[in-house]
Amino acid sequence: MRRWTVKAIIMPKHGVNDPQGEAIKGGLQSLEFSGIEDVRAGKQIAIMLEARSREEAVAAVERMCEQLLANPVIETYSISADEARQESAT
Amino acid sequence: MMSNTPRVAVIGFPGSNGDHDALHALAHDVGVNAELIDYRATALNGIDAVVLPGGFSYGDALRAGAIARFAPIMGAVQEFARSGGPVLGICNGFQVLTEAHLLPGALLRNRTLKFHCHVTHVRLEDAESIWLSNVSPGEVLSLPIAHGEGSYYVDDETLARLEDRNQIAFRYVEKDGSLTDEANLNGSVSAIAGVISEAGNVLGLMPHPERATDPLTSNGSGLKILSSLLGSGDGRQVAGSNRHNAVR
Repeated sequence: MRRWTVKAIIMPKHGVNDPQGEAIKGGLQSLEFSGIEDVRAGKQIAIMLEARSREEAVAAVERMCEQLLANPVIETYSISADEARQESAT
Repeated sequence: MMSNTPRVAVIGFPGSNGDHDALHALAHDVGVNAELIDYRATALNGIDAVVLPGGFSYGDALRAGAIARFAPIMGAVQEFARSGGPVLGICNGFQVLTEAHLLPGALLRNRTLKFHCHVTHVRLEDAESIWLSNVSPGEVLSLPIAHGEGSYYVDDETLARLEDRNQIAFRYVEKDGSLTDEANLNGSVSAIAGVISEAGNVLGLMPHPERATDPLTSNGSGLKILSSLLGSGDGRQVAGSNRHNAVR
């Protein structure tokens, strides 16, 4: 078994109101950052798990997103996986 | 008469805070047998109606209602709802019902980013439900709200379907019943404050009817919704109800 850190990035769907993103945008603009067209606020969930392969690790988190982590009515998700460094054996 | 008194369950989740308000309103003001059922239970044991109360189940972790939806009792609640049993979701209970796919849509952060805690006015739309049998279409109710995530969202296609099938129960309105942008304080799609299931036995709403049943603190608007369970007064309406026998 290999150890993975799988990250699910969950974002509000296109067309879904995102008042948090709007508020952040206002904050950035008041700091005089220019050229900002849009700000969307989502969440990232990092899951440490064991799996035989990257595909298996991603597939597991995909099922978690479908069932619990994301709400398909209002959110989309994307997943990335990194292999965790093995603890150095002495 | 007493033997006909309906038994109404209020489900207590970790983080519920409207459970005892609902129990009190049901027992003292409506006059039904109200009992608290723990979220870890797995059966409803012959209950006639279920209330999912307001609050912050699981601290709203992930999304409001997302974790509570998988609580052990929810299997029995889903089965009860699918077989036509009356289910009412208030505030967080509404959020749980959408997460559980017993009602369409989802509830987002209020557009103001504020927690709104005051009395609002909602208008009953052209929806038929056992929970609405004591309210007339067009009637304006005064009900308190207390939520940060009550902005109802559905996509355009689903909204058209809800309108088509008369599933929109309540809209936020002014005191005189008119629709204004200001009245829709949380920015809900089409000012929707509550919806019913296709069969009409499941109602979810953001306002709190259980906090508007006592004549000392309200005009009794909430009592109209909760006492709908009793129908014309013989208590039979609640058993095996669905939109067809939930007559006005």
